[in-house]
Amino acid sequence: MEIQVTVNGKKFTSDVEPRTLLVHYVREVLNLTGTNVGCDTSSCGACSLHLDGEAVKSCTVLAVQADGANITTIEGMAAADGTLHPMQQSFMENHGLQCGFCTPGMVMAATSLLKENPNPTEDEVRIGLEGNLCRCTGYHNIVKAVLAAAGK
Amino acid sequence: MIPAAFDYVRAGSAAEAISLIGQHGSDAKFIAGGHSLLPMMKLRLAQPAVLVDISRISDLSYIKDAGDHIAIGAMTRHMEVEKSSVLAQHVPLLAHAAGHVGDPQVRHRGTIGGSIAHADPASDLPATTLALGATYVVQGPNGTREIAASDFYKSFLESDLAEDEMLTEIRVPKMNGAGWSFQKFNRRAQDWAIVGVAAWRGANGSGVGLVNMGQTPILASSVSAALAGGSSIADAAALAVADAQPSADNNATVEYRTHLAKVLVRRALEQASA
Repeated sequence: MEIQVTVNGKKFTSDVEPRTLLVHYVREVLNLTGTNVGCDTSSCGACSLHLDGEAVKSCTVLAVQADGANITTIEGMAAADGTLHPMQQSFMENHGLQCGFCTPGMVMAATSLLKENPNPTEDEVRIGLEGNLCRCTGYHNIVKAVLAAAGK
Repeated sequence: MIPAAFDYVRAGSAAEAISLIGQHGSDAKFIAGGHSLLPMMKLRLAQPAVLVDISRISDLSYIKDAGDHIAIGAMTRHMEVEKSSVLAQHVPLLAHAAGHVGDPQVRHRGTIGGSIAHADPASDLPATTLALGATYVVQGPNGTREIAASDFYKSFLESDLAEDEMLTEIRVPKMNGAGWSFQKFNRRAQDWAIVGVAAWRGANGSGVGLVNMGQTPILASSVSAALAGGSSIADAAALAVADAQPSADNNATVEYRTHLAKVLVRRALEQASA
């Protein structure tokens, strides 16, 4: 089935099988491998990206369901000149990553969270990121990074 | 994990969706947000031959004040239920419970209609709408009918919906200032409740719904009857499992679920009565 999507500002037209998951479309067809597959069961959040401005778990969305949508992946967060998105910068400054596997999903979930709640409390950040797991258990600095980004 | 192959069609209206599901027969399934169905398909617990995508039926996404009740379109997403000012004012228990479904990413996709039609006893919204005395409106090839939530749930993941019927609207009576509480006990963030309780108590009585305490969401009628008869909260809560059939799983034994239900119903009633 043919789908048309805009990913990180670029338009793509692709022929996909209906059973193709959005995460596999993004990684294997568009070669945007920053979006990770972690648990593959909509638990861990590593595959989070923005679908029409909201964080979703792309392992649990069909590519055909995203037909016509505007998608942003982690590759689309930095500016064209390479300047990091404030959330990425904040993760760097606050040591909000260890192995880095959960980081793209964390950044996408955290930016979606701040869009809905620009001034969260620490508790609201922790609850707002409940859909994202960090197996390094580096949550403390992730929460710090999100709070710092909210202050910018 | 990738689902087994299927054909995909998209419906622009409820009538078109019902016609499509009729054409494709019992191997076809509706998909809304897909956050219950897709995980089952990836595990090959479900292998529909055809998916009829109903998530783009935009006139089924609304939250309206309809006088004595609030009418919610079946394709309204959990996040919209959670953030609705109309529900915050008139049915705060439902808005609050919707905020406990899955996690924010799940709530951006999952719909109230999908959750109810899936009829999972471990889900938050079936038991919550059951406690609130909701009515579900379903549409089929021969028109619409209304089903009381208390008549809807038949067995594990089985509801009164016929194969060619589609849930279109959820009607939830206004709470009129009744006290309420939602208790969700789980061991991990974002997880299903090991036991959950949705309760309200007001001038017109009370309603207590139990999550994950049987093959269907459970209405704890014995608790409400005891309260109506003048029982104390503690005595009423002792009847928490009178209408339930808890089973054991990796998270809890029957005894543990029974204990949790009694404690959580007591806490919920205390909060709802405060």
